[in-house]
Amino acid sequence: MVNFSYISFVLIIPLVVFLITGLFGKKVPALSGMLGTVGMLAAACLSYFAAYEYFIVAGRTDGVFPAVIAFKHTWLQFSPVLSIDIGILLDPISVMMLVVVTTVSLMVHLYSMGYMHGEERYATYYAFLSLFSFSMLGLVVSTNIFQMYMFWELVGVSSFLLVGFYYSKPSAVAAAKKAFIVTRFADLGFLAGILLLSFYSESLDFQTIIQRMMPALPAGGDHDGSIFLNANTASFMGVSALTWALCLIFIGGAGKSAMFPLHVWLPDAMEGPTPVSALIHAATMVVAGVFLVARLFPVYSQIPAALDVVTYIGAFSALFAAVIACTQTDIKRVLAYSTMSQIGYMMFALGVSGYWGEKGLGFSASMFHLFTHAMFKALLFLGAGAVIHYVHSNEMKDMGGLRKKMPLTNAVFLIACLAISGVPPFSGFFSKEEILTAAFEHNKIIYAVGLATACLTAFYMFRLYLSIFWNKEYKEHGHTEHHDEAPITMKLPLVILAIATLITGFIPFSAYVSADGRAVASEFHLIPAVIAVSAGLIGIFTAIFFYARKNNKPEMISVAFGNVYRSAYRKFYVDELYLFVTKKVIFNFISAPAAWIDKNVVDGAMNLIAAVTENFSDSIKTVQSGKISNYVMWFFAAAILLSMMIVYAF
Amino acid sequence: MSEMKFILAISFALFFIGAYGFLTRRNMITMLMAVELMLNAVNINFVVFNKYLFAGKLDGLFFAVFIITIAAAEAAVAIAIIINLYRKFKSIDEDDIDTLRW
Repeated sequence: MVNFSYISFVLIIPLVVFLITGLFGKKVPALSGMLGTVGMLAAACLSYFAAYEYFIVAGRTDGVFPAVIAFKHTWLQFSPVLSIDIGILLDPISVMMLVVVTTVSLMVHLYSMGYMHGEERYATYYAFLSLFSFSMLGLVVSTNIFQMYMFWELVGVSSFLLVGFYYSKPSAVAAAKKAFIVTRFADLGFLAGILLLSFYSESLDFQTIIQRMMPALPAGGDHDGSIFLNANTASFMGVSALTWALCLIFIGGAGKSAMFPLHVWLPDAMEGPTPVSALIHAATMVVAGVFLVARLFPVYSQIPAALDVVTYIGAFSALFAAVIACTQTDIKRVLAYSTMSQIGYMMFALGVSGYWGEKGLGFSASMFHLFTHAMFKALLFLGAGAVIHYVHSNEMKDMGGLRKKMPLTNAVFLIACLAISGVPPFSGFFSKEEILTAAFEHNKIIYAVGLATACLTAFYMFRLYLSIFWNKEYKEHGHTEHHDEAPITMKLPLVILAIATLITGFIPFSAYVSADGRAVASEFHLIPAVIAVSAGLIGIFTAIFFYARKNNKPEMISVAFGNVYRSAYRKFYVDELYLFVTKKVIFNFISAPAAWIDKNVVDGAMNLIAAVTENFSDSIKTVQSGKISNYVMWFFAAAILLSMMIVYAF
Repeated sequence: MSEMKFILAISFALFFIGAYGFLTRRNMITMLMAVELMLNAVNINFVVFNKYLFAGKLDGLFFAVFIITIAAAEAAVAIAIIINLYRKFKSIDEDDIDTLRW
């Protein structure tokens, strides 16, 4: 048995760094960046070591990787059976997430030293980054669904702080608010789901919930499945309580993971600094929803209805976001919609997965895609950050022909684009191919959607790449001439992530991470792979046809598809719909009457009481005249009255 | 007993002379003197009741002695208050001292 108690330090280090840089960072800003980076380096090394020990040294017990509780503290004990614990749970997915989060966070810390250089609130920025890293690490190692909920909210807060980092920009403030409110609204569903699930399972502990929410095992376990039956037969509006609980929890996950229709905050969140978008809105926080479903996957896999919800919402979001991404001109927004699309991929991969053995391919594929996507999407964002740093603009029209100015960025961006398009041998190919295979075996419609999305993904990624680096000759703006492509602190993370993108695809992922913990041999299917790659290649060549040289073909297409193009460009009016629902419907029919009642009925009653008291006091206040003789008169009159009462009445 | 009634009549008169003085006078020193009159009327009552009704006891006399002591202390405090009021308002007329009101 390997001792994993050192894992606590992976969480403690960012927390301590947050406190130090947050409290004292302003005095020595440069040092706070160094401290944050070194701290994250230590945390990353610890998690690599933990992954090595967990997967290689400790290895399997009875054919599965055992879940290890590295640390556990009972925090709030409500009753002998129900408590909120703070703990660290290590199992294949949480160890994998530790590696992902610390790696991307380290890269972003390093990159920010160059990108945020000279920023006024440099130390604050690093403090927020550390806070985020701490929260995200806490989220992934949670032993307890309530602990996860707390870190879930902490992650939301740090996202809010970082999106609104440029708080003097009204659009950034609005985006931060939007991100917070939308995810908070979704978390309402999460909380309701937690309460419902824990009400039936009588526990908040993940392992206990999972164990109790399984039907009686065919092999015969230590429980009879009665709790599962109870939760599954108790019904509300024709749907079982367990299905409700899982769907509500999925709403929380969909909010954080920007699934349709709760995705509206993600594109706006690009107002934050670009490294933040790489860390939070591409690689780590937005996959929290996927992680949540994966964490409760044994329960989800028992309820096909809940899994279908996950599948269809995931698949629809993937296609929907891909269509929008084809029309956007802000390079970060293209990447944001691409992130949403790829997360949709992970979601429907979970949805089409089964639990046992070979059927669990979707689960491993989803986790694999999460892993590879974190690397190449962080790379894309950091590359886009380098471009924005150089051009001082987010708009595609200000770019083009940058390949000669920024050769390194060009190379790594191309690698990442090939990876996300699913071209072998880059990492995205392997994970995407697995997802499509899993979808093919389960549901042909989902497979078709996935294939269409893959084609669109390749198209819009190469539209992005070509618009930035090819298309036309780059025209110098006066202020960009003096500086180099990027400082070394920005180049190094790009190179490291590019190497990760090249090699992570070759990890035999399904041997380590699978639904039931047993190794799944990942077979290589030639036909689906060829189909998937050709879909990607079609997208790439279409993009090359349109965007390699400056021409008027894109305009012609956009004119030909007039209405479709316009509505996709306006993001299918989802924002407008939200505004209509909130501003017109909710405001006029709920908020305005509520405000009227508050102002007139509630406040009116209070004002009435106050007015009555005031008038009455006003009328008797002259009694307190300040004249002693008056008081004496009253005193004597009362004394005489009282003595007469005593004498004659008694 | 007619002797007792006679003395009670004196104390009665004395008390209401004090009360009248307290209500009508505006000068604080005079008002203090009126209070002393009322206290002494009460003292007389104590002594008279003790002498004619409970001749074997001394309680009434003790009460009278306590009241005299307290009256002395009260006079000291009252005069201190009056001096302070005079310093603040340049007057010891109670009509001028009416700031403690609504």
